Amino acid sequence: MIALLQRDLLLAVRAGGGFGLGVAFFLIVVVLVPLGIGPDMVILSKVSVGVLWVGALLACVLSLDRIFSLDYDDGTLELLLTSPIPLEAVVTIKAFSHWITTGLPLVVISPILGLLLGLQVSDLKWVVISLLIGTPALSAIGAFGASLTVGIRRGGLLLSLLVLPLYVPTLIFGANVASKGLEDVSNNGALLILTAVTLAAFSILPFASAFVLRINLR
Amino acid sequence: MLLSVDNLSVSRGGVSLFESLNFTLSPGQFISLTGGNGTGKTTLLRSIAGLQPKDEGEILIDNDNFIFAGDSNGIKTSLTVSENLRFWSAIFGEKEFEEALEVFHLTKFENRFAGKLSAGQKRRLSLARLLLADKAIWLLDEPTVSLDKKSMEEFSKILKNHLEAGGAAVVATHIDLGLKTHSSNINIEDYRTKSGNLNASAGAFL
Repeated sequence: MIALLQRDLLLAVRAGGGFGLGVAFFLIVVVLVPLGIGPDMVILSKVSVGVLWVGALLACVLSLDRIFSLDYDDGTLELLLTSPIPLEAVVTIKAFSHWITTGLPLVVISPILGLLLGLQVSDLKWVVISLLIGTPALSAIGAFGASLTVGIRRGGLLLSLLVLPLYVPTLIFGANVASKGLEDVSNNGALLILTAVTLAAFSILPFASAFVLRINLR
Repeated sequence: MLLSVDNLSVSRGGVSLFESLNFTLSPGQFISLTGGNGTGKTTLLRSIAGLQPKDEGEILIDNDNFIFAGDSNGIKTSLTVSENLRFWSAIFGEKEFEEALEVFHLTKFENRFAGKLSAGQKRRLSLARLLLADKAIWLLDEPTVSLDKKSMEEFSKILKNHLEAGGAAVVATHIDLGLKTHSSNINIEDYRTKSGNLNASAGAFL
């Protein structure tokens, strides 16, 4: 299973692997917002959490269809299904490697973009924490969506339509953790729910994804 | 006995392909599957591998003791030849893949990106996977596609060695692989469902 993770990470950084695509998109979206709203730092810092979270969400969606479609197209997925590794584990590993190549870079770059949007250095902590806990759920939910649309030509748009509504709880509680943290109000409740969403997504959805993949590979 | 297929009926795309198919596979045995396009050779192999659900009948196979190779190569073009094989050897829990490289004459391409290989070389790389798994039953779908005459003969030899070592194989092929002993043929058209075959449905996809 470690071999699968290593291979996916290697494929992501190789030419055409799409590594950095999500971060670049995130960067552009966040940089465009002040251009649209104007340079008023008070307004910018007010919308910053929302912008960062929605930007992260969209950046994640951008690379979702790569999770399974590449392996589907070249026949690897079929071979993996008949290999000794359980398909549920394959899905989990692939969702995790998607997070490492897409979600984690967003978490890392978010403090810089937070500063750009007028957040104080002391406030950045909560943006990073909320994204760190929330983005893995985006990958796990996304992997489920990707397994539904695998095999559909240009299924990217359909995938976004399927997955974005499923991202709503993560977005609400993720943004809530950060904004309450910024206001110095207790955010324990939201933090626990966000953690629960991520844990539930990673423990339940791989089974659903594997089930759907088996049907799609018939 | 490694594999037993009893009274099997399978459909694909909503169209029944074949019915009442029976055969068994013992160690050292080679079964070639023949039949026209769309008659269900690939579907039979996929059913045995558990990729395609059956309508009726029984397939008895040890799920940990077979390896399936479909018509796609399953190789990553942006990885090198050895990276591709290293991945599969790790998946199958084996460490050595150098021997497989050598058997299929791929050692000199070891560090070349798989995308830069010719179609025949890609096929050889894909077949090298078979040697990494150490499984008794080989389920192969047209393994000799894109192979030149020499590679084809060499593949026959590899297959023969596998059979002599107690392995077995079910292979969809139209080429005589020269395996005379313990070899039998199933013409899938003999088991065609009376109501028609896949050609009858425009919506079906194989």
